[in-house]
Amino acid sequence: MSKTSWIPEGVKRCSGRRFALGMAAVTAVLAWGVYAMFLVWYKGLNQTNMNDAYGFALWIWADLAVIALGGGAFFTGFLTYILGQEKLKGIINYAVIIGFICYSSALLILAIDIGQPLRGWFIFWHANVHSMLTEVAFCLSCYFAVLTIEFIPLILENPRLDRVPFLHHLSHNMHGIMAVFAATGVFLSFFHQGSLGGVTGVLFGRPFGYREGIFIWPWTFFLFTWSAAACGPCFTLLITWITEKITRKTLVKPDVKQLLAKISGWMLITYIIAKIADTIYWALVTAPSMGFTLMDFYSNNPVYGIWILIAEIVVCGVVPGLILITRTGRENAFLLMLSAFLAVMGCCINRWVMVLQVMAVPLFSFNEWYMYTPSWQEVATTILPVAYGVIVISLAYRYLPVFPQERELNPAD
Amino acid sequence: MKEDTLNKRPKRFGMVIDLDRCTGCGACMVACYAENNIPFKADESNKLDSINWMRVFKITNGKPYPHTEVCYIPMMCMQCEGREGDGHAPCVSVCPAVATDYDHETGVISQIYTRCFGCRYCMAACPYHARKFNWWDPAWPADMENYLSPNVSPRMRGVVEKCSFCYHRYQLARDRAYYEGRDEIAEKEYQPACVEACPTRAITFGDLNNPGHAVHRLKNSPNAFRLLEKLHTTPKVYYLTRRTWVRRAGDNYLADEHLNTARKRIIRQQGAVK
Amino acid sequence: MFPFVFEWAWDMSHMVFMGGLWYALTIIGLGLTYCLIKAAVDTAREGKRTNDPHH
Repeated sequence: MSKTSWIPEGVKRCSGRRFALGMAAVTAVLAWGVYAMFLVWYKGLNQTNMNDAYGFALWIWADLAVIALGGGAFFTGFLTYILGQEKLKGIINYAVIIGFICYSSALLILAIDIGQPLRGWFIFWHANVHSMLTEVAFCLSCYFAVLTIEFIPLILENPRLDRVPFLHHLSHNMHGIMAVFAATGVFLSFFHQGSLGGVTGVLFGRPFGYREGIFIWPWTFFLFTWSAAACGPCFTLLITWITEKITRKTLVKPDVKQLLAKISGWMLITYIIAKIADTIYWALVTAPSMGFTLMDFYSNNPVYGIWILIAEIVVCGVVPGLILITRTGRENAFLLMLSAFLAVMGCCINRWVMVLQVMAVPLFSFNEWYMYTPSWQEVATTILPVAYGVIVISLAYRYLPVFPQERELNPAD
Repeated sequence: MKEDTLNKRPKRFGMVIDLDRCTGCGACMVACYAENNIPFKADESNKLDSINWMRVFKITNGKPYPHTEVCYIPMMCMQCEGREGDGHAPCVSVCPAVATDYDHETGVISQIYTRCFGCRYCMAACPYHARKFNWWDPAWPADMENYLSPNVSPRMRGVVEKCSFCYHRYQLARDRAYYEGRDEIAEKEYQPACVEACPTRAITFGDLNNPGHAVHRLKNSPNAFRLLEKLHTTPKVYYLTRRTWVRRAGDNYLADEHLNTARKRIIRQQGAVK
Repeated sequence: MFPFVFEWAWDMSHMVFMGGLWYALTIIGLGLTYCLIKAAVDTAREGKRTNDPHH
């Protein structure tokens, strides 16, 4: 009884020494990012390559991207707890952990990104409720609290912690009403994912990003929520696949993955239809009313050609969507993962253009395109969350029963 | 209190800049730097991260010599009124901390430096690049600190700043009027530093609502236009020029779009809003 | 210091926004409180049972 292991029962993990070595390597990358972070906090945003034309850059893209990809947590939670897709319980824990990492990273990046980090709380104190960013900050913080609540019961399931009666009961009770937390998470996610789309969509001074919409919400509000629900689960699948490759184990049953992929595929294909409709309306009506043709946004610069629109919509939208909605596509492990990867890339490209290309497009006929390359400090602080994510996942995998099907799928252990 | 009745009628302070008079000398920029305690870098060659509340752009008609024509466009915060003309300027509605606000009494957009936390959303929203970020701690050569204006607070690193139409001058003029028992301030009592510094008197400033002010007449000139009118930001800075190519450069037009037809449509739309 | 010191006016949009926010926060708070209290009660009951010589 007193010799309960920290490692969950019935599963095999690498030696402590090997684990420590792996952790040390990732921690070195983390330390690089932390150094850059302190440099930015101490010396200010002059450590970046942002400028007055490029007020939003790599960090805001990273923020939008990780939040969209972390959307796997809310959407899988919605499917599991609200729609009762019991099968997805095989992957929900991991979706929550990935969501937790994504959202904590987003909050950290935001704390680095603001010019006066010590005044960050002003967004809550002096809140302008008409600003999309205010809505993002409130919902993001609240949803991060929800994710933490969803993560806690899993942490408490560590064999050592589970021995403590109070923690055992707490974990059990939290599991019992998880649907309530999941529903709150869905409510909050709908709004902050949408508001992140609104951040650019409301900028009527920026014809590349501006969209019409309904009531106070531009179309990007709905498109962002939709794409997060479509691509977030793909990211969960992709990370699960990477974890399986590294651990050399099957951790989630193929039918669980295929169910999530099928739902993702239908979300993706419906999203991409809406996105195509939005793009056509924008190209034919919105942009011309502001004096721009579609090709004004995709020419006369070294990077942003029409290829980026094709890559986002066709290669990383229509193609993975079609593969994921077909049974043969889903059942082929390679095609499944290729589609998940493409969907994730599509989401990242979408967030990239909705932040960086918006800034790059010149608004005056006498201006050139504004191009930007991030500084090493920006790159390091963007890689920081990746290293942090690897550490959290490694610790969670080693010490927590993340994959309920692991024992069954790996009986030799 | 008497101050409550002072200047009761809402004003819409605005500017009209005659581009045919502007020589691009930059005196307006220098005056602005001095008046508003704007810091500068040792190397000011990269204008994308330097602070200038007013910047003079040089444009040409793109034709070869001897048909080349040059025009200088001084640009600052356009003090936009927003699409509905109700003060929802592109930057104002997006600021998450109400650190920038539209003053309906004067039409001037404020910037509260001590409340701004440097998210730069307003900069992303502004199509005129009128908003500048303090990428560095503000610093002046030692002796210059003695010559900073006591009426304008210097800004700290990490916040956004922009042209205020020298709002402190309005406050001083109002104080004086109050002290002298007057309800209104005269047109000449409140003039921003750039207006006073311009050697060719290219810049005219006043209340766009007041028929007695020069700007009221000038803005209705057939040669008047505003920058990027098609975005419906409704700026309160107007430009004057007799040169069609300059007026065309002030906005984006589709290849088959006629300048005057497009501008008439915009003016009609904005008239409908008001 | 306080938001209502200058340039702040309560309006309908504040009510809607803050209403939604507090609705979510209340659910999270109540849910968490329920779990903590129930865990404490369950632990106490279990402790009683194990200490009970007749158990």
